[in-house]
This record gives sequence, structure tokens and C-alpha cells, in this order.
Amino acid sequence: MKYYRAHVLICSGSNCAIKGCRSVKQACEQEIIRHGLQGEVQVVDTGCLGLCDQGPALVVYPEGVMYGRLTPSDVLEIVSEHLLKGRLVHRLMQQPTGPAGEVSPLSMTPFFQKQKRVVLKNCGLIDPERIEDYVRAGGYTALATALDVMTPESVIAEITQSGLRGRGGAGFPTGRKWEYTRVAAGQQKYVICNADEGEPGTFKDRLILEGDPHLIVEGMALAGYAIGATRGIVYIRGEYELSIHRMEQAIRQARENGLLGEGILSSAFSFDLEVCAGAGAYVCGEETALIESIEGNRGEPRFKPPYPVEKGLWGQPTSVNNVETLANVPSIIEQGALWYRSLGTPSSPGTKVFTLTGNIVNSGLIEVPMGITLREVIYEIGGGIPEGKQFKMAQTGGTSGGCLAAAHLDIPMDYDSLQSHGSSLGSGALLIMDDTHCIVDLTRCFLKFFVHESCGQCTPCREGAPALYHLLGKVSAGAGGHADIQLINRLSRTMQSSSLCALGQTAPVPVLSALQHFWPEIEAHLNGRCPANKCVMGKAAGKIAN
Amino acid sequence: MKSLQELKAMRERMGESKGIRTSASPTKITVAMGTCGIAAGARSVLLAIMGELAETGLRDTAVTQTGCLGICEREPLVEVVHQGHTTLYAYVNAERARQIVRDLLSTAEKEEK
Repeated sequence: MKYYRAHVLICSGSNCAIKGCRSVKQACEQEIIRHGLQGEVQVVDTGCLGLCDQGPALVVYPEGVMYGRLTPSDVLEIVSEHLLKGRLVHRLMQQPTGPAGEVSPLSMTPFFQKQKRVVLKNCGLIDPERIEDYVRAGGYTALATALDVMTPESVIAEITQSGLRGRGGAGFPTGRKWEYTRVAAGQQKYVICNADEGEPGTFKDRLILEGDPHLIVEGMALAGYAIGATRGIVYIRGEYELSIHRMEQAIRQARENGLLGEGILSSAFSFDLEVCAGAGAYVCGEETALIESIEGNRGEPRFKPPYPVEKGLWGQPTSVNNVETLANVPSIIEQGALWYRSLGTPSSPGTKVFTLTGNIVNSGLIEVPMGITLREVIYEIGGGIPEGKQFKMAQTGGTSGGCLAAAHLDIPMDYDSLQSHGSSLGSGALLIMDDTHCIVDLTRCFLKFFVHESCGQCTPCREGAPALYHLLGKVSAGAGGHADIQLINRLSRTMQSSSLCALGQTAPVPVLSALQHFWPEIEAHLNGRCPANKCVMGKAAGKIAN
Repeated sequence: MKSLQELKAMRERMGESKGIRTSASPTKITVAMGTCGIAAGARSVLLAIMGELAETGLRDTAVTQTGCLGICEREPLVEVVHQGHTTLYAYVNAERARQIVRDLLSTAEKEEK
């Protein structure tokens, strides 16, 4: 086998692609050839490293040195200094050096030390376009082991014992969902991977699919084996071109290697996958709307029950699981439910992938054990609030999640703790806002999104969201009174209790949590004052609000 | 692929470079590549080390470079760190470089027993 003394891992995730990682890679390869190093140094495209803010980025091993915010001309220096002469280019380095100029490996930096990578174990370390890289990292061992020595029932039992809960937002126990699908009567059962990630500020599923697509293939095959399905569909948001490309490629490679198709690994189990691209509606992330969309209908949620586990795709029992949920499965099968339970909290075992956005130094992708506090995430991993400003608000779980204030920085981040504070773990988006922002202005922004994305099928959501949006506009303009706040409250409760799907049910969550946790600031607006000086008040505002 | 055994065989075949990507290799060979080292032939030493590593299949070994160590008259210099012990070799040429790797391999084999 070929021996390379150095590996250059270039993040090729879509966040870095926007910033120009392709030209960086090209420059790197050209320079390596110009210096005659092509036999010694390997350049690899990898998935997201997590520090999206510092892209385009590359890591040079064996030293584990990360260079960030690169331009093609920076790369010339890295090749001629670091790769040729072994001298680090301190100007471009993104990690601190010791007193003698020594580098601590990337894994020892504060950003990575607090993290626990299960789902992202291969992200940024392997080439997602090569099945060989995945296998070398231990991939498909879980599938082979399960087919060899485990019954479908024992796979379900293992997942149930691990306490894995759905990572799409609702937190439903995965083992139980599989069990229901397994026992439901039907000719043909289906596994669907929900990768229609549309929650603003959430991009974890995209980066998982881009960084380690074979992990999802393996997770889905295990799900198929467990519930007795022979077909699976990966429903990917249409805008996620790179995810679609890499997933299709992974499926092809798995088929060529006998890991999908008829009689996988000489067993009696047959399973195959296909990719279905969404057409750009937020509501299709809701599982029944997603199923409608696959069937070629308009993406509108169905009445429940019956749930998809009984009557899903084409009326057959269907298990719809989030990307991150499925990405946990191979590790659980390989290392056992007990190991998984050793991570996280008793009611929410395991890890959670978060996407950090907003006013935070290290915006990007992280994976931490459940139960970590918001403070640790923001100040230790995230590097704090930039420009010396103060923390004001964190919205957990995306736009349909609740707003938490500084007083909540120490609550553990897991399904139940967040729920008891009027928020949710949701999709794993973490929007951090500093004290220059106004809570009324922000919640109005959130509502605008739901006005746009409501599918219009049920009245509470179709009419409620615009009404809420306008009421918040009134408050923002300084024209609101206590009666409006009462109306906002009533309207919110109506939407929560009578909307058809989670879109309408959760749209008022940011508003209600803001009323609960930021009341003094909202009250100031009723008195015609915006403490953050963001809202335009008075006559000029009247025009904007209308 | 037909079975778990084949999967394992495939993984074996594809070998070891993963260790390099975690900067956790227990053995590290450093070639001094200052201008003094390069002038004395450090480049061919480096290539010889890599060639021998590929041939012998010695695992968990990282090869890096460094600048001038300050003993220019004894270049090319090669430093080997293995199990916490540091050895500095002077006046290394391609042949001696290959010998260094073979010695490491036999040490590693003894340790395994």
C-alpha cells in the first residue's frame, strides 16, 4: 500500500464551498505537483470540520495543524513552507501555540475538547466520496455484525435499550417507532430518511450527509433489517445539491460492493435505497407531508392517526427517521446500548449535534453530550460573544423553538429540561443574539417565516400566523396595548391546540417564551420605548407596520 | 463483498493511514530539513524512509520534518521518537535511513511478543 507522510484534509462541505474551498484545493494540488511532492502528500476532500466561520479551511496531519480563512495564494505558502520544509505557517494557523512554538493538536483545542463525536466521528477525517475510506474507519461493521449474529428483534431491543430518541425535534423513542412498524400489518414496509432540513439556522443534516453519507446508508440498512423493510428512501431537500450527489454516489458504491441490493453480505436480507429530492417547502419536513410529496401529491400534512408506522408511504407501514437519528444507529449496534447510555443524561442518552449561528465567535457544527449547559456551549466551545458584547438571548431548536434568557444559561440541554423552560431541543439549531437586538423585532422576524411557510391547509395556522405577525408589528411600532398582548396569548394557545401539524403548533413557541422570559422589554414597547433602540416608533412606524 | 470476514480483510488491505489523521501515532520520525539538511541530502533520506515504510508496512508511524537543529556539520539528521525514547541519528544517508526503519520494525515486533 502507498505510504503518504502527510495528509492535507480540505473541508469540502457546502459552507466552505461558498467561501471558495475548490479554488483552494486546486491551488494546493498544483503547488504540490510543482514541488514534486505528489508521491508524499495526499490531498483529501473531507466533510465539515465544524469551524464553518473559519472556512475555507484545511488540516495538515500528522501535526494536526489547522489553517483557516484561506485564499489560493495562502496555499502556496503552506505548501512551500509546511509541506516542503516542515515549517508551520503561524500567520494562517487557527490554534494557539505553546511557549516554544509547539502546536497542540486540533483535538486538544477548547473547541474540540468539550465535544463528543459519535455522529460526526468521521466528519472531517475521511473522504466522503470513497467507500474505502468509510470501511477503513470501521464502516459497515455494524451492519455485517447485525446480519451475522443478531435477529431483527434484537436490533430493535438494542436500540430501545440505548434510549435513542428522534433527533428531528420531537424526540420520539426510535426503538418504539421501529417496533410499531415491525408489528404493523403490510405487504411492503419502508424506511424513510427525513433529510428535508428546512429549519432556519439548522444545517446539521446537510453536513452529516456531505461528510459521511455511508453512515446513513448503513443506518438505513440496519433500520430496514430491524423493521422488515426491503426499500428505503432518502428524502433530501432540493437545494442540498452536494448532499444529493454524495448520497447517490454512496448508494451506488454500496450496491457495487454488495452492501445494498439482493442478499446483502450473503444473508437472506435484501434492501435497496433511492434518493428523492424535495421541491422546497418547509412543511415537507413534517413526516406525513413528506410522504405526500414522495407520492407525487401536494405537500400537505395528513390527519393523524393513522400514523405512518401503520399507514405511511403508499398506505404501507413506514418508519420516518431523521438523518442524525439514523447516524447514531451503527455506533449503537457496534458498541452496545450500555455504552450509548454512558453518554448524555438518563432521559436523553447520547450526544446531540448543534449548529451554532448568530452572534458567536465560533459559528459552525458541534456535537456534545446531552445535558451540557448552554453556558459551556456558548462560552467554552463557541468562544463567547464577539466584539465584547453581552449575551442576550439564545433560541434553541430553530425558529419554532423558544427564546431563553441569560438566567437560563445553566440549564442542561436535553429534551426534558428545555421543554420545562418553554423551549425545545428541536432540530439542534442554536441562534445566539447579543444585547444590541430587540426581542420584539426578533420574534416578528420569526413569525414572518411561518407566514411564508404555512401550507394553508388548516385555518389556525393559515390565519393565525399572519395575525400574530401583525400584532407583533403593532407592538414593535409602539402602538400596542395590554389588550393586544392578551390577544397574542389567546391566539397562540389556539394555534397550539388546534393546528393540524407541528408547523402551526410550534409557530407561537418563540412568541410565548419571549412573553415569559423577556416581559420587561416587551412592556417597555407598550409604553412607546424600545430599550435596544431597534424598533421604529411613532408615525414613521405606522407606515412600515401597515 | 460477501461476509464480515471479507469486510475485515478489505479494511486490513487498506491499511493504516487513518492513524496519521488523528496525530496519535506512537512513533515519530523527524527529518531535519533546514537548508543545511537539504544541501546534505535530507530529501533523499526522507524519500528512503517513506519507501522503506511502505515496503515493510510498519504501522502507526508518522514522518515529519523540522528546521535546522543547529548541528549543521552532522546533517542529514534524523530524530526518532519511539515509546518516549528519543534517538538522534547523524550523517544519515538513504541506506542508513532504510536501516533505521528496519530497526524500528524489529523493535516493534519484539515488543509485540
